[in-house]
Amino acid sequence: MTFRFVSRKVLGSLATLLFVVCFNFFLFRVVESDPVSALFRGRNISQQQRQQLQHDFGLDKSKPEQFVRYLNQTAHLNFGFSFETRQPVTSEISARIGRTITLVGISTLLSTTIGIWLGIIAAWRRNTPTDYVVTSTTMAFYAMPDFWLGLLLLAAFAESFRWFPTGGIVNVGSGATGLSHLVDEAKHLFLPGLTLTLAYLGEYTLIMRSSLLDTMGEDYLTLARAKGLRDATVRRRHAVPNALLPIVTLAAVNFGFVLSGAIAVESIYSWPGLGLATYNAIRAPDLPMLQGLFLLFSAAVIVANLAVDLLYAYLDPRVRTA
Amino acid sequence: MTAEVATPRVVGRRRIVWIRRRRALSRVWRMYRASKPGMIGLVVLLVFVVLAFAAPALASSSGLHAISTVQNPTWASPSKFGPLGTDNLGRTIGAQFLWGSRISLFVGLAATLLTMLIGSVVGIAAGFFGGRIEGVLMRITEWFLVIPFLPLAIVLASVLSRSLFNIILVIAITSWPFTARLIRAQVLSVKERGYVDRSRALGASRWHLTTRHIVPNVAPLILANTTLTVPIAILTETTLSFLGLGDPSRASWGKMLNEAFDAGAIGQHAWWYYVPPGLGIMLVVLAFTLCGQALEEILNPRLSERA
Amino acid sequence: MTQPLLDVRNLSVSYRTKSGPVTAVRDIDLQVNPGETVGLAGESGCGKSTMANAILRLLPPGTRVEGEIFFDGEDVLTMKPGRLRAVRWAEMAVVFQGALHTLNPVQRIGRQIGEAIELHENTSQSETRKRVGALLEQVGLPAGRANDYPHQLSGGQRQRVMIAMALACSPRLLIADEPTTALDVMVQAQVLDLLEELQRDLGLAMIFITHDLSVLTSVCERLAVMYAGRIVEEGPSATVFSRPAHPYTRALIRAFPTIGDTASRMAPSGLAGDPPDPADLPSGCSFHPRCPVMHEECPHLDVELWPAGPDSRAACIEVRPT
Repeated sequence: MTFRFVSRKVLGSLATLLFVVCFNFFLFRVVESDPVSALFRGRNISQQQRQQLQHDFGLDKSKPEQFVRYLNQTAHLNFGFSFETRQPVTSEISARIGRTITLVGISTLLSTTIGIWLGIIAAWRRNTPTDYVVTSTTMAFYAMPDFWLGLLLLAAFAESFRWFPTGGIVNVGSGATGLSHLVDEAKHLFLPGLTLTLAYLGEYTLIMRSSLLDTMGEDYLTLARAKGLRDATVRRRHAVPNALLPIVTLAAVNFGFVLSGAIAVESIYSWPGLGLATYNAIRAPDLPMLQGLFLLFSAAVIVANLAVDLLYAYLDPRVRTA
Repeated sequence: MTAEVATPRVVGRRRIVWIRRRRALSRVWRMYRASKPGMIGLVVLLVFVVLAFAAPALASSSGLHAISTVQNPTWASPSKFGPLGTDNLGRTIGAQFLWGSRISLFVGLAATLLTMLIGSVVGIAAGFFGGRIEGVLMRITEWFLVIPFLPLAIVLASVLSRSLFNIILVIAITSWPFTARLIRAQVLSVKERGYVDRSRALGASRWHLTTRHIVPNVAPLILANTTLTVPIAILTETTLSFLGLGDPSRASWGKMLNEAFDAGAIGQHAWWYYVPPGLGIMLVVLAFTLCGQALEEILNPRLSERA
Repeated sequence: MTQPLLDVRNLSVSYRTKSGPVTAVRDIDLQVNPGETVGLAGESGCGKSTMANAILRLLPPGTRVEGEIFFDGEDVLTMKPGRLRAVRWAEMAVVFQGALHTLNPVQRIGRQIGEAIELHENTSQSETRKRVGALLEQVGLPAGRANDYPHQLSGGQRQRVMIAMALACSPRLLIADEPTTALDVMVQAQVLDLLEELQRDLGLAMIFITHDLSVLTSVCERLAVMYAGRIVEEGPSATVFSRPAHPYTRALIRAFPTIGDTASRMAPSGLAGDPPDPADLPSGCSFHPRCPVMHEECPHLDVELWPAGPDSRAACIEVRPT
């Protein structure tokens, strides 16, 4: 991988980040020139409160001045104070980010692994009952809104059978520490994790299946068989690694959505991560939180995309020299 | 005199084009009919479209409003009240489901049309003009591709006022880049074909090339992509409505789920409240996906080569 | 008389397609003696490549193969999977057409060549590396090229790699399936020279498949011409080329004018019409719709290979014994 290639990709990502930062300003200050009244439409706030809020936002200044101020603050990772908690947005986010990464990270890992495995099975037994069952089941999960699947699991396993807690991250008032605390947290993690895993599964399975089917028509597999390799070896050494390339892209891109991927599901299970924070910020409404979260979500995707480009160049020698 | 001679010839040529188009269409339909998943999807879709159109006849809209349903029991299960029971305010689920299907389908289709319009124009313009215009258009497309879809939709929907049109707008703004990228790739490949070069060598204008060669060749892909974009639009509408960002005055399936969750339907074990709308979304999304995949297999040259 | 190394008897192959079985190869007999080079010629789609794949049993599952393929007295079609894998490459190797798609794009070529050696001869890593280097040098490439990926090589170099790979386990039979088709004329000549030289030095038996008859006459001792899945003419290549008995052979020879021969340059003549659709073959002699000398009987005549000279045979009514 050449230095030129890497630096070009990094510069491209920085440009994209700058675009998102500007876009964020544009969204909150230009599309909606008076965000305070827009967000509080239909609610009573006193003239005094309104002026205070407008001053907090710097909305009493001219647009270019606001923009400079905004850029300066953003560069210092200062996104202002949350309306709801009166805490800095940055600290609100950093308090929650770990929980979301735990939940969505685990789910993404699980769904990737299981999805790849199911995709291989379906492709290898193409047009058999196994293939039909795998494909139609995963497609059904893919077609459900993820939060509805969450509602169903919640209703079945938490409300009816009471096998798992209905929400939160630990049982209220349980002062448990150490191992029992971890077990408690794992129990709370189970249902939202299962929901997300099932919801993501379809995409991986279907893409792995079609990618492997594409690869299976390739001439180099015939060559590998002609060399006298076992079918299983041909699959393991030549077919699957090449078919994995698109999956790697998909998985890496999806890791960019780890932070923002569970907004609705987190709110159903009251899993106190960034998704629930977004949900609360919408409902409050809490403009600085929403703005900070949006920037963070976008930055995560940009970083993940950069990682994909570099990883892909490493995995596929054809890209490197191109 | 010249007009008398010229007219029949022009009509004749148009007729030939028309006959050719009709033949191509009937060929596509014959191939489509052979696809079992595609036909299942189409039938399911037709059922939902008929239900949506017939909603006013099947269920009075009075069942939607708490004011007119005070005499109804609350949280009544289907066995006790009506075909699908009632919610916490005594409103009938059946009426909400039918009327909600109209909004969900309408938003899904309208948002897709807008998405296709923006995406196709950007994609065709970029692929066709090339050079600096393409550079700028694709840069913008890439930027929009990077912004995470749902957060952008949420932020936009929060900033804009809550109305049906804004929801459609939000979905279109967040989903057009995918279409634009796809269309541009197809335009580039059409441009490489020999007959476009020949046409250019014969002095055809850009407008002629675009309308006579590029658009007709890209159109099938646009159609297949449309069918695959509708489910995404419907799912986005559902999620936005569930998060409380939908049009507050109209029941959609997403809004039903939002209200069911907020009213505590889970704790009430009122499965008749939260199961039907989700099932409806799932079936419609599946149906569109099946139709889209069947169409794509027929119309996408890369996929049909594989078979 | 020595036993032929490869003895194909009554071989028929039909592919399974959506619209029913399609027969690609019908009732073919072909013998190859040790150290002998046999040419197999015909238009694309006449079943040449199917023959090549059938001999190593590389056809996709579901394909119906009938007849017998004796390799060194052993029927390939009834071999147990383990025995078949041992015979592949170690005894019979293939140089496929279009090496760009036949080489695995994401593996270094050294590894792809070494794979066969390791598999069949259980060599150590350093031993394999040495052998790969020697093989590459044998086909005229520097040993260091082993670290390249396929896309870093030119078309001719890739074909050399394919040949090196085919020689890796010193097979007794080499099947060259259009080895020069996708190459420039100059490179074609180089690759041909290389194959000829290796064949002579190593005493390989070779089946050389191509649509270019003029290539075959310089390389092969015997020639077989295929049309619509059948062999229509067969004999010593000098005889077939100078005194073709079948009208199809004559057309094929005229399609490639000899350089320097003004007569053929002034009157280039191809063959009218397209090769027949294997799913819908013409009745009687399949060649009759395109035949310049068609007789009245031809559409109903069951042609078979009749003696056309001291050592050659042709499937044409003109040589039918009376």
